[in-house]
Amino acid sequence: MTSRLGEAIGWARKFSIFQYPFVTACCGMEYMATACSHYDVDRFGAGLPRFSPRQADVLFVVGTISHKLAPVLLRIYEQMAEPKWVVSFGVCTCTGGFYDNYATVMGIDTIMPVDVYIPGCPPRPEYVLDGLLKLQAKIQTQHASGERPAPEPRPEFSV
Amino acid sequence: MEQPKLETREMLLNVGPAHPSMHGIIRIVAKLDGEQVMDCDVEIGYLHRGFEKMSETVDYNGVMPYTDRLNYVSPLINNMGYCMAVEKALGISVPDRCHYIRVIMSEISRITDHLTCIGAGAMELGAFTVFLYMIKAREFLWELVEMVTGARLTVSYCRVGGVKGDLPEGFEERCRKALEETRTVLKESDILLTRNRIFVDRMSGTGKISTEDAISYGITGPFLRGCGTAYDVRKDCPYAVYDRLDFDVPVGTRGDNLDRYLVRMEEMYQSIRILEQALRDIPDGPFLAHPETGRAIPAAEMVDEAKMGNIVQIEGARAVVDPTLDGASEEEHPGIAADEKRVFLPPKEDTYGNIEGLMNHFKLVMYGHGVRPPKGEVYFPVEGANGELGFYVVSDGTNNPYRVRVRPPCFAIMSALPKLLIGDMMADVTPTFGSINMIGGELDR
Amino acid sequence: MNAESLIQAVKDRFPQAAEASHAYRGDATVIVHRESLLELARTLKEDPAFQMNFLMDLTAVDYSAFGTKPAPAFFASSGVAVRPSTSIPDKDPWPGPPGSARFVVVYHFFSLTLKHRLRVEVPVEEEDAEVDSLTSLWGGANWLEREVWDMFGIRFRGHPNLKRILMYEEFEGHPLRKDYPVNKRQPLTGPNN
Repeated sequence: MTSRLGEAIGWARKFSIFQYPFVTACCGMEYMATACSHYDVDRFGAGLPRFSPRQADVLFVVGTISHKLAPVLLRIYEQMAEPKWVVSFGVCTCTGGFYDNYATVMGIDTIMPVDVYIPGCPPRPEYVLDGLLKLQAKIQTQHASGERPAPEPRPEFSV
Repeated sequence: MEQPKLETREMLLNVGPAHPSMHGIIRIVAKLDGEQVMDCDVEIGYLHRGFEKMSETVDYNGVMPYTDRLNYVSPLINNMGYCMAVEKALGISVPDRCHYIRVIMSEISRITDHLTCIGAGAMELGAFTVFLYMIKAREFLWELVEMVTGARLTVSYCRVGGVKGDLPEGFEERCRKALEETRTVLKESDILLTRNRIFVDRMSGTGKISTEDAISYGITGPFLRGCGTAYDVRKDCPYAVYDRLDFDVPVGTRGDNLDRYLVRMEEMYQSIRILEQALRDIPDGPFLAHPETGRAIPAAEMVDEAKMGNIVQIEGARAVVDPTLDGASEEEHPGIAADEKRVFLPPKEDTYGNIEGLMNHFKLVMYGHGVRPPKGEVYFPVEGANGELGFYVVSDGTNNPYRVRVRPPCFAIMSALPKLLIGDMMADVTPTFGSINMIGGELDR
Repeated sequence: MNAESLIQAVKDRFPQAAEASHAYRGDATVIVHRESLLELARTLKEDPAFQMNFLMDLTAVDYSAFGTKPAPAFFASSGVAVRPSTSIPDKDPWPGPPGSARFVVVYHFFSLTLKHRLRVEVPVEEEDAEVDSLTSLWGGANWLEREVWDMFGIRFRGHPNLKRILMYEEFEGHPLRKDYPVNKRQPLTGPNN
């Protein structure tokens, strides 16, 4: 059931994305390129990164996540306030990339729920903007449809 | 009136793995007394991706994508360093044109690295405009790289024994135009930063290190040159065609952040100078059948004709391959590849046209076969953007490398970070860390 | 000094310590006993004939799997009769992994003033994997030795702070050893870090 109010809230939310760029590796370079003048991401309203998880609503996980860093990432995710979304930028965060070894988390969706996956090694800025548009479409319909990304129960760690 | 005595204690501040710096993830646990850093402990390893272990599982050319992602702002230098190390193990050398191509691409990579470093460093001090200008210049250079290699960032351009393909037509003009734009950007950034009161106050006098300490920690590159020692692998242990090119090595005097910034700016001008000389001196390209007038047959048709045995019809024709194989046709082959069948793939005309070419291709590509250097160990240093990037390769005669070790230049610099930070204030951590140009992929591999 | 004269100078100074040497592909390499490592390193650093003020690299190699995979003949050094190559030199081949020890710790030295390089290799047995630390001579040896401990499990006597550097503390095993499989997973340490 849509409503004018729901649409308006969705419109306002999708054009005021405050990203938390959790940049680790090579994808960070393409993230910087997307954020800068050539492939401006500011025209979508997403141009202001907030370097504090309390003030951000979209967590961009950019670059390979290793096992040493995974607890830190999870803590950042939990510190963000609802509504929050997660974008998995680059194939290392989607599925682990070609680093199939002892040190890499094979996809951050093993530890947190992900909304949009942007594959590529690194993805071209056009793909990033495409992923951003998909995220915006998701945000637009979210309040109205009542669907909220349910906070996942913390996964059981075997340690 | 008597002032009550204040009790102060030292505070431990965790500049944690997730911090607002654009460079990478490390953790600095700083012990502060007020604003001054008394002691600090640096923890790295948050981006350890097992480069050395992974390279033991693939063959020699398969290590190339892993080397791209080491120092991901200047990937072509890493590619070139690794390839030259394996070529040293093999004992082969590539033709001159190939050396020039590699030098051109390396210098473009070096410029992009310095642009990123200075741009991000300036942004952290508040000069956001400089960051946008430098990333704009970097985009022009990345378009140039994409024209040659097909990818902007992770290129995998060099191969053992050569490069993937020749420079395309029109490269020289595009390159000169991009260099013009870069010069404009550098001039603008220079005007904005070099005599800017705020920038100079924050950068000069902070992050000082003496030459003896720098050498003791094994620091090389713009860092060591900022302290006053003119050590550049390109000049002191020259490789490729650097001994034929004329350039200066800028050297600073005080060893603080401002000197490193000035050294990097000047190095970019020197790289542009090297590029212009290389574009002028590069030996001529393909001189066999002209691609326009020579007969061109689509590669798929060529394969079909060959399968049916019509070799005579396809003799002397040029295979039109898909864009990913552009630049590697038969005419261009002598310019881009060492003349050694055991190492470099034959051109597609030979692969599809005669059985020897097909067998050659098979022996280099199929699982279990491939480039197999003789048993041995070599160490080859190149000048990375941060310093001496060395590759130590041990081969056991099979198609997988036995051990590939990369000597990361910023590892040495990061191990000296406590020396740089102690004594300065907390706010000086930002310019110091920015001028180190720590690249996580190289530091943690 | 070029490679041969450098090796000769080292051998003249330390006749008992230097077990073997070679100059494969122009890289001067000397293999020494581990007891004489500290002495040799100090001489290389301070002696005016060598002046090796840079410790460029410190790493290790695990030779336990060397030669176990079949190396189909490409070169005569593989032991199989082949036609000698015209362009890839196979004369003066590499003498092979130093000794029979499992690990070899490899040091690369460079002199800024005399511009020569030397590689020093120290064979280390698996049961008694310990070498003297060079932290007293070079500050950069601190982190490099920590990395060798992390990746291979070789201890360094006299190191002030020998703990893991690239992996997290609770990690079990030493990843770059040949018997550690590449994709062995370890449990995540959990968010209570």
